[in-house]
Amino acid sequence: MADLLIALALLLVAAAATAAVAVREPARQALALSLLGLTLTLLFTVLQAPDVALSQLAVGSALTPLLILLSVRKARRRSLDQVRAEQEAEDGR
Amino acid sequence: MSRRLRMWVLLLGLTGVAATLVTAALRLPAFGTATHPYGDRAVREALAHRTANAVAAVNFDQRAFDTLGEESILFAAVLGTVVLLRQARDERQVTPAPARVSAPVRRYALVLLPVTLVTGLYIVAHGQLTPGGGFQGGVVAATALHLLYIAVDYRALERIRPIGLFEVGDAAGEAAYLVTGAAALLAGSAYLANVLPHGTFNTLASGGTVPLLNAAIGMEVACAVVVLLARFLDQAVEIEEEGEEQ
Repeated sequence: MADLLIALALLLVAAAATAAVAVREPARQALALSLLGLTLTLLFTVLQAPDVALSQLAVGSALTPLLILLSVRKARRRSLDQVRAEQEAEDGR
Repeated sequence: MSRRLRMWVLLLGLTGVAATLVTAALRLPAFGTATHPYGDRAVREALAHRTANAVAAVNFDQRAFDTLGEESILFAAVLGTVVLLRQARDERQVTPAPARVSAPVRRYALVLLPVTLVTGLYIVAHGQLTPGGGFQGGVVAATALHLLYIAVDYRALERIRPIGLFEVGDAAGEAAYLVTGAAALLAGSAYLANVLPHGTFNTLASGGTVPLLNAAIGMEVACAVVVLLARFLDQAVEIEEEGEEQ
């Protein structure tokens, strides 16, 4: 029974990790990463490592995706504004 | 060094690492068996120092110096973030407009905020008894505050989050760990040795210095995460480059 749970959790981790690598869009990748954190939490729990699971849950599925989302927002806004500024410069010519 | 030679050096190094790993793995106890050579010793030490959570005993008693290094890495990382993400001369601060929050989201976040905060503090305080400890509880408590950003808006979050105070708290948590370690020197023992009375097994006051170090880490991590998120939020919400329009 325990082995079955571990195998199941490992499969979920593998699927979530593959998704995190396959997704190309940064904002969606943050979501996939959050899902990976959740499946890793599950794996650590069935492996009877609740301390690590708790860290993984807090950092891996909440904090890291949030930091990525905030960075994406900042980077995207800057690039959008740059495009707009370049267009305005061309129009004015 | 030519490219060819470099590849040979790399290959030599990789072979060495692979051989060492395989040799080590061959002598590991089989997966899922009842014998745990390291675990047995760690648990014996944990019980000798009346710490119910053996993982906390390893982190804050048997390998407390190691944890000091880990704590300092986080401290240095946050310090680096503060320096790198400060407002530069060609940037300006704008006041973000409040966004409309739907009533169910607001209710859900406002109900969960105190629950999450108490859960975080509970995890810190019971680190020596149940799974968790300063690091995990600190992160949970710090993320709890940010539910206010989800429930109300950025300005509400800023009001309960005086960032200077949290920066001081971050440093104070780091210092408290160092001072607790130095106190053992005054007691005539080794740095970070567990010299306090060990107390009664499985009670809040057990484990000697373990709960103290847990509290220090909890304070450091909670403040560090708040400062870290504040810097990232500032960049994403408030700080704009000169000439940008909102």
